Amino acid sequence: MSDYQIILYAMLTLGGIGTFCAVILHVIAQKFNVAEDPRCKAIETVLPQANCGGCGFAGCKGFASACITADSLDTLSCPVGGTKVMEQIAAILERPVTTATPRIAVIRCNTDCRRDVPATRYDGTGRCSIESALYSGENGCAYGCLGQGDCIEACPFGALRFHPETHRPEILEEKCTGCGMCVKTCPRSIIELRSKTPIGQLVYVRCMNREKGAIARKTCQTACIGCSKCAKVCPHDAITVSNQLAWIDSDKCRLCGRCLTVCPTGAIHGVRMEDRTTERLS
Amino acid sequence: MLKTFRIGGIHPPENKLSAGKEIETFPIPEQVAISLSQHIGAPAQPVVKKGDTVKVGTLIGKANGYISANIHASVSGTVAKIEEIYDSSGYKRPAVIIDVSGDEWEPSINRDESLQKTCDLSPEEIRKRIFDAGIVGLGGATFPTSVKLTVPKDARAEILIVNAVECEPYLTADHALMLERSEAILIGITIAMKAIGVTRSVIGIENNKKDAIDRMLRLSTGYPGIDICPLQVKYPQGGEKQLIDAVLRKQVESGSLPITTGAVVMNVGSVFAVYEAVQKNKPLIERVVTVTGKSVRRPSNFRTRIGTPIRQLIEAAGGCPANTGKIVSGGPLMGKSLVSLDIPVSKGCSGILMLSEEETRRKPAGNCIRCAKCVFACPMGLTPNLLMSLTEFQEWDRAEQEHITDCMECGCCSYTCPANRPILDYVRTGKNRVNSRIQERNRQK
Repeated sequence: MSDYQIILYAMLTLGGIGTFCAVILHVIAQKFNVAEDPRCKAIETVLPQANCGGCGFAGCKGFASACITADSLDTLSCPVGGTKVMEQIAAILERPVTTATPRIAVIRCNTDCRRDVPATRYDGTGRCSIESALYSGENGCAYGCLGQGDCIEACPFGALRFHPETHRPEILEEKCTGCGMCVKTCPRSIIELRSKTPIGQLVYVRCMNREKGAIARKTCQTACIGCSKCAKVCPHDAITVSNQLAWIDSDKCRLCGRCLTVCPTGAIHGVRMEDRTTERLS
Repeated sequence: MLKTFRIGGIHPPENKLSAGKEIETFPIPEQVAISLSQHIGAPAQPVVKKGDTVKVGTLIGKANGYISANIHASVSGTVAKIEEIYDSSGYKRPAVIIDVSGDEWEPSINRDESLQKTCDLSPEEIRKRIFDAGIVGLGGATFPTSVKLTVPKDARAEILIVNAVECEPYLTADHALMLERSEAILIGITIAMKAIGVTRSVIGIENNKKDAIDRMLRLSTGYPGIDICPLQVKYPQGGEKQLIDAVLRKQVESGSLPITTGAVVMNVGSVFAVYEAVQKNKPLIERVVTVTGKSVRRPSNFRTRIGTPIRQLIEAAGGCPANTGKIVSGGPLMGKSLVSLDIPVSKGCSGILMLSEEETRRKPAGNCIRCAKCVFACPMGLTPNLLMSLTEFQEWDRAEQEHITDCMECGCCSYTCPANRPILDYVRTGKNRVNSRIQERNRQK
């Protein structure tokens, strides 16, 4: 048998096997074909593909199929992409757009206790979830930030970092997408999502202490003592006090800043509120 | 060859510094703080208010639910306030603060020191007395004893195992109790046997307490059905499931209760409390606490009233050594380090241990080298290094499949790890998380 013949036979045999397999694969592919909505792919391309899970579904693909099967887009929102992405999705699905307010995470702890010498020292594993299971924390506040940075690790967008001075987690406004991963991670549940305002102003109670006033004040100088002064002064009915703790509804708050001035402990925190005051005065 | 449990275990240095020391009765403090949650289960409901006068043994907290326990005043005086204070959990919990005046006891309590051997009560009456007296497991787990002595309908108890192992290093409270109140303990055992309807009982004692074994062997001849089982020294032999395996050679299946093997396990301190409650009508108002540590001047065993601040116990033992790094309630392996010296003694506090700065310092953790020392040490037959990784990467379903909920938090894995990895820290967190997921799932059903 000449060399050419060997090559020829080999080509024919291999080609034959290849063709045979291709036919089988084709038949199987036809038989077990799962019809996927072409819009699903289209929606996926407009989604941020961060797979953060902030929407409540398992990744962007899960959210895309949920968008198609849902009756309306009212309850669905991609916290990362925001209104822009939802508009695009609505266009793909030829449905009316619903606008969701963009959100931003805030840490509700003043970390004022850091100024004192801690009563105890935690030398265990550097995870908030572990420290929280062991005791109330170095300064004895069972509601405050433990500062081990579980939230920093959880953030898929790098929007959290340790504050260079206080060494407590801090949220970088410009990077936060409001996906809520940190909210889910925090074992103390002190991170809250609030509505974003046009120029980034925020007014919120930066404390989660639900103890009685005197006890709260003992553990932290800037704790919310539940005195209700803010609730009384608020003209928009945005503040509610329950369990000795005030909460400002970000949907009702009009950023007038009155609560900031009456709070006796300074537990209410305002972001860029000084600019606003000057604006109003001028 | 002495008996012991078959899976895992470690043998840390015993350091029983206060062994052989007599039990000293600690003076009554000026003020006590009696926590309302000194047991597993729902906190007790306070039944006194500010200004009320109480006597020793007056009920101040009523059991709130089936798994809960009564709380009694351990001193006489007036209720100063009901306030949240730190306890050994590291968090604030409600407690009754009592200003002491005199030492007046409830008249129903028999303060006669003589032994009372016969008990004519029915099992139900015995359980009622134990429940009323607020007795919980004094080994540290503080499970209500009356619940433990109620055998479920679908199970059958065959034997009572008395846990006198005291496998934790340093602690000698049970040892001292066995030497001084041996007869009372044996009577307590017969009462507990009657309550669960068994005729056999075994006292498991580790071989490092030879004097206690001898004494118990000599005296138990007068009490039919009670045997002594000397055990090899190995931690955590005082674990319920480990002790059953050591004594009976029976394994408790994963997820099932120890009663499925026909055994009820009770701590020796609880047995003594049962004797006092049933025969003397005395509620659980005091316990033996070991105060110890390598640099402690006078390691001691104190009989203290519940609610005494640990600061006073430490002072009585010669003060807090200057090099103290941590003060631990309980033994060095399963104990909890305390956040304040004002924490009161609770029912589950078997010892106060002062560890030096050097002993408590954590060494920097390295990487896992897959040596499997933790796997061989785990007395529950788990794979601790895997469970740690699963918790780190939040693989809760897989962690559940790997039986993370079987972990008893004995700490053998962290103890043996040559890379000083904080295995137990992670596994405990993962276990809590998986448990809450299971609860959530059951609620949705």
